[in-house]
Amino acid sequence: MYPEELKYTDTHEWVKVDGKVATFGLTDHAQKELGDIVYLELPEVGRVLTAGGESGVVESVKAASDIYAPLAGKIVAVNDAAAQEPAVVNRDPYGAGWLVKLEMADPAEAAKLKTAAAYKEFIGE
Amino acid sequence: MAQAVKLPLYDRHVALGAKMVEFAGFWMPVQYTGIIDEHVTCRETAGIFDLSHMGEFVVAGKGAGKALNKLVTNDVEKLAPGKALYTPICMPTAGIVDDILVYRDAEEEYMAVVNASNVKKDWEWLGARLGKGLSFENLSPSTVLVAVQGPQSEAIMSEAVGEDLGDLRYYEHRVAEIEETQVRLSRTGYTGEDGFEVYVDGSRGNEVWDVLYELTTGVGGVAVGLGARDTLRLEMKYCLYGNDIDETTTPLEAGIGWTVKMDKAEFVGKEALEKQKKEGLKRKLAGFVMVDQAIPRHGFDISDINGAKIGRVTSGSYSPSLKENIGLAYLDRPHDALGTEILVAVRSKPRLARVVDTPFLKLLGES
Repeated sequence: MYPEELKYTDTHEWVKVDGKVATFGLTDHAQKELGDIVYLELPEVGRVLTAGGESGVVESVKAASDIYAPLAGKIVAVNDAAAQEPAVVNRDPYGAGWLVKLEMADPAEAAKLKTAAAYKEFIGE
Repeated sequence: MAQAVKLPLYDRHVALGAKMVEFAGFWMPVQYTGIIDEHVTCRETAGIFDLSHMGEFVVAGKGAGKALNKLVTNDVEKLAPGKALYTPICMPTAGIVDDILVYRDAEEEYMAVVNASNVKKDWEWLGARLGKGLSFENLSPSTVLVAVQGPQSEAIMSEAVGEDLGDLRYYEHRVAEIEETQVRLSRTGYTGEDGFEVYVDGSRGNEVWDVLYELTTGVGGVAVGLGARDTLRLEMKYCLYGNDIDETTTPLEAGIGWTVKMDKAEFVGKEALEKQKKEGLKRKLAGFVMVDQAIPRHGFDISDINGAKIGRVTSGSYSPSLKENIGLAYLDRPHDALGTEILVAVRSKPRLARVVDTPFLKLLGES
């Protein structure tokens, strides 16, 4: 499931752009690959992320994976509710499972991310 | 690089949508419906497992028991036919070559069940030391092993074999019939639940799996993969070779000293174990629960509350039954004492944990 209106990265994050703010999370492919997610470590509000930089950790029963910032920007909100109940990322990766909202350093960068079609091709679906 | 081997039940797992991974050179199902769901369902109802990757050797002939007894720490000559036991195979240093199950079938006939990752190593180790004059056969390639574990397992298995299995006791085994096929049936398992393990010739593996799968799912059970197998055994503090025990750890340090029968005249590792017992252990495998919310993993360093290094995590995971993050580690004495606070380095940050009594499932009974 890959909503058309979102953008995607090759490290399996989705991005929703709303004016100057970008929200991101993990794709359905990522949550399926991970299996049951039992732990989420999110960065602090106010932190400045670089594109491709580490921005949190997601752990499934079997292993830990880094979450990568799809764009550069300053964090304006993180999903504390998801950190409390990580399974929501499996259940609703594009909705209640959102992870970080940031104020983009350069909104033009968002256009360079993958479309849903390109992402689907990337993961071989 | 050799390709991973597809075991006889491979197609069954793929048809069920299992996520397959390479493990010890075999394609194995790591999960079907999800690790947590499989784990919880196994403890509450039942789970069916394909364990055909494990190895089975038969040792037979005059003197088989005596010869085998020199290579394991537990006493197989005291094992009655129809019974099985758990034992490490030790090196002269007392380090562990593998941990195995030994079944006695007759006066001079035994079957050893070994870890998949150690089949070649154990075959060579035992083969070189059992001596000539004995029959030593590797049945691994032609054996399918299916386990059914959980509170409903006796009902499931009794139905499958058409006998009341109420009188088959823990660590006992017998010949039985499933789907007109002769099988070895034992009341053994690696989950901490009541359960059975079925050994059958590979040519009838699918038929036996199909019957057991239908009966298991019929009562609400599920197929369980290696992922949940690991969380189930961890909650019981059952050692996993390669993680918690290896050639650098002794059975005494690992807390399985009960498998070492010092009154046996001789066995490989006896002198080293006697010496270690006399001198006292310097470190011990201990269970701990995370206080800070982080998941401990194999290899993470552990320090005491002041930052001095005292050990390393051997196994760790989220525990679906406790809903806590738990782990095992060799801790330098006296830091293995119950209640000791320790710091586990998770991604370079020290996270607080506490040494607890094991098996971890015990903790559920207290509050």
